[in-house]
Amino acid sequence: MSKIWLTFIEQREGKIKKASLEALTLAKDLASSVGGTVHAALIGDAVQGLCSQIAEYGASKVFLAESPDLALYSGAAYSKALAQAARDSQANFVFASHTAMGKDLLPRVAAILGAGMVSDATQVELQGEDLIATKPVYAGKAYKTVKVTGQPFCLTLRPNTLPPKENAESGEVVTVEAPTKPFLDFVKEILAASTDKTPLQEAAVVVSGGRGLKEPENWKLVEGLAEAFGPGIAAVGASRAVVDAGWRPHSEQVGQTGKVVSPTLYIALGISGAIQHLAGMSTSKFIVAINKDPDAPIFKVANYGIVGDVMEIVPQLIEAIKSAREA
Amino acid sequence: MEILVLVKHVPASDASIKVAADGQSIESAGLSFVLNPYDEYAVEEALKTKESKGGTVTVMTLGGAETVKTLRHCLALGADKAVRIETNGKNTDGLATSTILANKVEELNPDIVFCGKQAIDNDDSQVGPRIAAKLGWACLSEASSFELTDSAFSGTRDIEGGKESVEGTLPAVITCDKGLNEPRYANMKGIMMAKKKPLEEVDATPAEAKVELVSLTPPPPRPAPTILGEGPDAIPALIEKLKNEVKVL
Ligand SMILES: Cc1cc2nc3c(=O)[nH]c(=O)nc-3n(C[C@H](O)[C@H](O)[C@H](O)COP(=O)(O)OP(=O)(O)OC[C@H]3O[C@@H](n4cnc5c(N)ncnc54)[C@H](O)[C@@H]3O)c2cc1C
Ligand SMILES: Nc1ncnc2c1ncn2[C@@H]1O[C@H](COP(=O)(O)O)[C@@H](O)[C@H]1O
Repeated sequence: MSKIWLTFIEQREGKIKKASLEALTLAKDLASSVGGTVHAALIGDAVQGLCSQIAEYGASKVFLAESPDLALYSGAAYSKALAQAARDSQANFVFASHTAMGKDLLPRVAAILGAGMVSDATQVELQGEDLIATKPVYAGKAYKTVKVTGQPFCLTLRPNTLPPKENAESGEVVTVEAPTKPFLDFVKEILAASTDKTPLQEAAVVVSGGRGLKEPENWKLVEGLAEAFGPGIAAVGASRAVVDAGWRPHSEQVGQTGKVVSPTLYIALGISGAIQHLAGMSTSKFIVAINKDPDAPIFKVANYGIVGDVMEIVPQLIEAIKSAREA
Repeated sequence: MEILVLVKHVPASDASIKVAADGQSIESAGLSFVLNPYDEYAVEEALKTKESKGGTVTVMTLGGAETVKTLRHCLALGADKAVRIETNGKNTDGLATSTILANKVEELNPDIVFCGKQAIDNDDSQVGPRIAAKLGWACLSEASSFELTDSAFSGTRDIEGGKESVEGTLPAVITCDKGLNEPRYANMKGIMMAKKKPLEEVDATPAEAKVELVSLTPPPPRPAPTILGEGPDAIPALIEKLKNEVKVL
C-alpha cells in the first residue's frame, strides 16, 4: 500500500515542538509497516534551517511554506498552506499534535479538504488497509475506536503518547505557495507567561494543588515541590476549586474545563479527585497522591498514595527529592 | 447584529458513563443531560454582545427531540429564538455535524457565531474551526477573552506556556473557553418567557461521515493503587519509586 502520510511540524519562534515529532514518529511507524511514505509540512518565516532536523525523524520530503507574513500563527493562512501541502504531497493522511495550534489548525484543514478527522487520538494502528484510531470520549470515562472510511483523513495525536524516534530520511525540501496578507484572522502577539517556566502540557512532571492547601500562601509548597525536580522538568497545575477561589489563573487548571495533561508523573496534593479533575490527568503514566482522607477518590487512580497532611509531608518530600538528586 | 450560538445537549460532567452491552453506545438510563459546559460561555458571550450591540440571539442545535430541553434553557437565559435540526437518529462525526450546521449557518447568515471549544461527550474540538473554514470565515478558537468592534474582533487564547492575542474580521466563529465570562443563571421570569419564544424544527441536509464506529470501551484500567503509608514516614518508599520505577530522579 503506497500511502502517504503528511505530518504538520509545529514550530514557535524557530523551535520545533517535541509533540509534533511524536506525531511524525507515529506516521513513520505506520508507514514503515506497509511500505508507505512520510512527508512533513513546515510553515513559518525563515524556518528552512529546521528541515534537516525534521528529516532525521523520518520525512523523505518537507513541504515548506515560508514568508515573513507567516512569522506568527494565523489559522486562516496556515490552514490554507497546509491544505495546499496536503494536495501537493497527495497525502492520504494528515497528522498533527493535539496542541493549542494543532487543535485550531487541523479541523480547518479537514474542512478545506472535505476530510474526516479524529482528534486527540491516543492509539492509532493499521488493520490491513484500514486506519483504526482510538480516542478518549466523555472526558476519558470511555474510549471510542473508529475505522477511517474516507481519504484524505486528518488526525491529531495527544501529546506525550509515544516518544519521538530518530529514523533519518533525505528530507528533500519542496516549496509550497505561501498565502499572503491580509488574513481573515491572525495572531497579533504572543503573550508568554514566563519563558523560564515549563509549559504545563509539555512538562515531564506536573505537581498540582487543590483546596487541601488551605490558603494561597501555602502554594509555595506546590511550587517548591515542582522546583525540586530541577530546571525544566516540572510544571504547576491546579484544581478548579483553587482557580475558582482566585488563588491561581485558569490557565493552570487541570481537568475537564481546564488543561488535559499526560506527563510521566502527576502529583496531586490536597486534591479530592473529582471526576472532572480526573478527566484532565488520568492518562498520566504515573500518578502520586497525597491526601489526608484515605477514602479520597484520587487514591483510586493513583499508582502510589500517601495518607496525611500536605503541610507536614511536602516540606520533607522536597528535601528528600533534593538529596536524592544530589546523591 | 445577528448572533448565532451553537449548543449541544450532553451528559452532565459528573455523570457516570457506562458502556452498554453492545459495545457501541453508552447506557443512557439515569443519565442527566445539560447544556454543554463550554456552550454556557458561548450563550453568555452572545447575550453580552446583544446587550452592547443590539440584535437578536438565535440558539441552534443538531439533535433529537430530547434536546428541546436544552434549547428552552438557552431561551430562558435570554436567547430570542431557537432552531433544532433533526438528525433522525443518525450517528454523525465532526465532518457531517459541521457540514449540516454550516449549511444552516449559511442560510441564517449571522454576523457572528459563538460555540463551545469542545463538546464534553465526544471531546472533538472540531465543529467551530471547521464551520469557519468551510464558510471562508475568520475564527478565534478557545477564546479566553473577547472584544468586538464594528466589523472586527480581538481576543486571546491559551497556548502552551502563555497566551496569544488574535485579531480578525467579521463574519467569524468564536469558540469559547472557561474564563471568558461568568455565565448567568436562568430566573423565573426567563423560564416563563422561554415557553413562548419561537422554536423552529427542521430536517438536516444530507451529509456523509468519514468514520465508522468500531467500539466503545471502558478506559484502560489503571494499575492497582498502592498506599505507601501514612505521613512523612512514607517518604523514603516514595523516593524509591520515583527513582527506580518512575525514573524522574
Ligand atoms: C462542569 C464542571 C466542570 C469542572 N471542571 C473541573 C476541572 O476542569 N478541573 C477540576 O479540578 N475540577 C473541575 N470541576 C470541579 C470538581 O467537581 C471539584 O469540585 C474540584 O475538582 C475539587 O477541587 P479540590 O479537589 O481541590 O477540592 P476538594 O474536593 O474540596 O478536595 C480537597 C481535598 O484536599 C484534602 N485535604 C484537605 N486538607 C488537607 C491537608 N492538610 N493535607 C492533605 N489533604 C488535605 C481533602 O481530603 C480533599 O480530598 C468541575 C465541575 C463542574 C460541575
Ligand atoms: N450537534 C451539535 N449541535 C449544535 N452545536 C454543536 C453540535 N456539536 C457540536 N456543537 C458545537 O461545537 C462545539 C464543539 O464541539 P465538538 O467539535 O464536537 O467538540 C460545541 O461546544 C458546540 O458549541
